[in-house]
Amino acid sequence: MGRYLKFALPVVVLLALIGLFAKGLFINPTIVASPLIDKPAPAFSLPGLKDPKQALTQATFHGQVYLLNVWGSWCVACRDEHPALMQFAAEHVLPIYGLDYKDERSAAEDMLAKQGDPYTTIAYDASGDVGINWGVYGAPETFLVDKQGVIRHKYIGPLSESIIRDDLMPRIRALEAERP
Amino acid sequence: MRQLLILCAAMLFFTPALAIDSEAPFQDPVLETRYEDLTHDFRCLVCQNETVADSDADLAADFRRQIHGMVAAGKSDAEIRAYMVARYGDFVLYKPPVQTNTWLLWGGPFLFLVVGLGVAIQVLRRRAAADAGHGAP
Repeated sequence: MGRYLKFALPVVVLLALIGLFAKGLFINPTIVASPLIDKPAPAFSLPGLKDPKQALTQATFHGQVYLLNVWGSWCVACRDEHPALMQFAAEHVLPIYGLDYKDERSAAEDMLAKQGDPYTTIAYDASGDVGINWGVYGAPETFLVDKQGVIRHKYIGPLSESIIRDDLMPRIRALEAERP
Repeated sequence: MRQLLILCAAMLFFTPALAIDSEAPFQDPVLETRYEDLTHDFRCLVCQNETVADSDADLAADFRRQIHGMVAAGKSDAEIRAYMVARYGDFVLYKPPVQTNTWLLWGGPFLFLVVGLGVAIQVLRRRAAADAGHGAP
């Protein structure tokens, strides 16, 4: 028994370490889970992107299940996800609000004019302060907010047709089935 | 040769490029020190192995602006930490807090030390016993 253990123990420890390191290899360290999940969406007050006189607050969005997509014309990955957002917007499943994050107004409008505008309304966060309040650390990020205005899910990185279909849609359906 | 020496001498006076922010430094040295210390306490989530103080990333500049504003508004260090953790989670703290999900991280080295000492003592004892069995060399 003692001799058996003497050989088996190092092997077991080695295998456990290999398993641990292998798991570490497949963790994406750039995805940091948001502590804001299941917390009320942070309050904000921002001008609209298209109409600077428009005053937008979280109350403008609340009352229904919605997506808040954080994007910027400077963000390459946002351009990548744009066609998927356009397609999803055309299905009219839920309002998709935009938070134009640390952007130039003209550059943002230019991008939407060229690639289309999937957003119901866009809030313009020039300084990025509202982004920080929402725990944004890069674009694109997409928040799913329920009827009570509580953040229920956050997707970090560019959306794609399959992510919308397989990850977001089941969550949206579940939230829409909840009582208002 | 002379030029090379001058060049080498000139290099002694180089300082690292520091991130340039729009905020004016605090007039009060106590506040400025607190602000500097705080920026070293947070992680820039874009380049994750850099502190907010060291990082050139845009996000780090935004974090510094937020921290600067909160220090100026008279918030305590604990309040500022709570503000950042509430939005970005424990990972935003450059030094992980000691809590239930980090005990292995903090206790691990001591655990290894105890295990190592245990093994060492056992080996030494066995060797001593073997030596005793063989008598004097």
